[in-house]
Amino acid sequence: MKRSIIDLWVGIFVAIGLASIAFLSLKVANLTPQSADKSYALYAEFDNIGGLKVKAPVKAAGVLVGRVSSIELDRKNYMARVNLSIDSQYNFSQDTSAEILTAGLLGEQYVGLVQGGDPEDLKPGGRIALTSSALVLEQLIGKFMTSFAEGGAAKDDKQP
Amino acid sequence: MFETLLSPLRKLGHWVIEAIWRLGVISRFFVAILMNSGQSLLRFHLVIREMYFSGVLSLIIIVVSGLFVGMVLGLQGYTTLVRFGSADALGALVALSLLRELGPVLAALLFASRAGSAMTAEIGLMKATEQLDAMSVMAVNPIARVVAPRFWAGVLSMPILAALFNVMGIIGGYAVGVLMIGLDSGSYWSQMQANVDLHVDVVNGLIKSLFFGMAVTLIAVYEGFDATPTAAGVSAATTRTVVTSALVILALDFVLTAFMF
Amino acid sequence: MPNNSGSFCPIFLVIENSVSTDSFIEFRNVSFAYGERSILKNINLSIPYGRFVAIMGGSGSGKTTLLRLISGQVHPQQGEVIVGGRHVEKMSTRELFEHRRRMGMLFQFGALFTDLSVFDNVAFPIREHTHLPDSMVHDLVLMKLAAVGLRGTEHLMPAELSGGMSRRIALARAIALDPALMLYDEPFTGLDPISLGAIAHLIKKLSDALGTTSVMVTHDVQHSLNIVDYVYFVANGEIVAEGTPDEVRASSSPWVHQFVYGEADGPVHLAYPATTSLADDLGLGGAHV
Repeated sequence: MKRSIIDLWVGIFVAIGLASIAFLSLKVANLTPQSADKSYALYAEFDNIGGLKVKAPVKAAGVLVGRVSSIELDRKNYMARVNLSIDSQYNFSQDTSAEILTAGLLGEQYVGLVQGGDPEDLKPGGRIALTSSALVLEQLIGKFMTSFAEGGAAKDDKQP
Repeated sequence: MFETLLSPLRKLGHWVIEAIWRLGVISRFFVAILMNSGQSLLRFHLVIREMYFSGVLSLIIIVVSGLFVGMVLGLQGYTTLVRFGSADALGALVALSLLRELGPVLAALLFASRAGSAMTAEIGLMKATEQLDAMSVMAVNPIARVVAPRFWAGVLSMPILAALFNVMGIIGGYAVGVLMIGLDSGSYWSQMQANVDLHVDVVNGLIKSLFFGMAVTLIAVYEGFDATPTAAGVSAATTRTVVTSALVILALDFVLTAFMF
Repeated sequence: MPNNSGSFCPIFLVIENSVSTDSFIEFRNVSFAYGERSILKNINLSIPYGRFVAIMGGSGSGKTTLLRLISGQVHPQQGEVIVGGRHVEKMSTRELFEHRRRMGMLFQFGALFTDLSVFDNVAFPIREHTHLPDSMVHDLVLMKLAAVGLRGTEHLMPAELSGGMSRRIALARAIALDPALMLYDEPFTGLDPISLGAIAHLIKKLSDALGTTSVMVTHDVQHSLNIVDYVYFVANGEIVAEGTPDEVRASSSPWVHQFVYGEADGPVHLAYPATTSLADDLGLGGAHV
């Protein structure tokens, strides 16, 4: 086989490889080129984040508005500080609340934002004050069991 | 009686010593390839030519196998996930299994049996027909002229083939999950995108395949170069290439996985 | 087996350990063994410049090893191999490659590179060792192919050639860089009589034209005696006889006579020297009772 044809085929081969890697990066791993000016940061502190992961979606009314950019433990109050990266086209009021929700019974966990009524919007870097923690299944079952046992013994309605 | 008890033990001992000895020889061979790579990297058309034989000619088998593996993953993954009510996670399951494990490993196994065995047989036959001797008598180092270009071609081809295998597998999973079973196309991709990390999953998978490519081509060129120069010797070397490559790929996969993930 | 090595060997000029010699190739007390198996024992020979020498002997007599010693593919356990005034066994890898650049070798079955075309095969040593422009490489290759009478085959692959043709292409490749020394390893093996005659004629013509020193290892007596200047006979790793072709034909040595005229019986026996008798092996003798 002539050399030029071999060169052509190897060129096609390498192009296929580069296209595959591009596909894996962009379409599969979703490496969308997020520039800094298109999103702004917020943070929220939770008692317990359950199984929330970095890069988990942030949703408002079920619409994806951002992602979890990092998670760390606050050394002073030992709460989980979750940093969010929010798409700059969405603004949230200062009394917005954040909660950690689960998609389906065993699905992934995400941060849900509920818009409040305050006319003032949260500034970039601001803190979402109202938070409610993740539902941890074991704790839930534990609570249910104790209340069930107590309820059975004292017939005392202790449901929240 | 004592002898019959001892002889398997002795065989085992021989086998271990032989294995360690071969490891030493193959490591020296690897160093020799690296030392003699300058010429083949300067005359890159030698590498390109070998990439045609090891890479381009492996395209068909990679595309077809990748598609089928993805389809099987889609089918099996769906039947399992649907029991837990998480059929939506199919995209993530297919992509993660492929990117982290199946893509690099299966592509390397296919590469070993398609290109590695051909490499061994070719170099072994060159040795049997005195072509390597002829080369060294012409003052051309066969490691620099024959072995090194094949080695680098294999190392470069392997990640490309693994990436292509991954893409075909994801497309195969899509074909079964979305087109056949009727899952939502959007959730297939979004679940995948939400769970696949570029660095941890994609890049590490490709690094794996780079290591596999080095191991497979090193074994292939070594077995060819070391083959007994007869028809029986070359065929035995070809078999050894496939068997040793498969074992090394799986063992190396464990080690790399333990390091990476 | 008559041990003639002493009486037939004229080179007892044990000069000091100097390398100055008027021979192109000189072996001094060379012994070689593969592990325990002794291949060559105490070989002394000397080949002057421009001479065409044949080394003859039966299969497994160690004659191919002699060639490998000259080309530096193997090194002797004892003794000295001197080519062009330099010790081959003491050469570094770089010097060895330098040495091989001035040397051409025709292998037993040609050893053409099966993945390269005829043109690329002949061009191979030129491209590897010179930086000539493509047009000049092209002209040189066509000249070499013309020299072996195979111009027009340059686009064929080695698999498309007959045995005789590929041998001639290999010859063209071996002479591509006009070597000062040509080595031929069994150049006549497996050829039909016409190809064989053609190759023999070609080898003679080329070595005369180029003035190269040539060493040919062969067991084809008749064709070799027609083209060489001098013959060494090797048996069991030793030189058992030597002389010009005329001397060899007229030799009274029973060994040489047997070899040259291909007689089945003589000093060399057909049977492998077994340690037990056939009757014992078959359990018929009853001697062990």
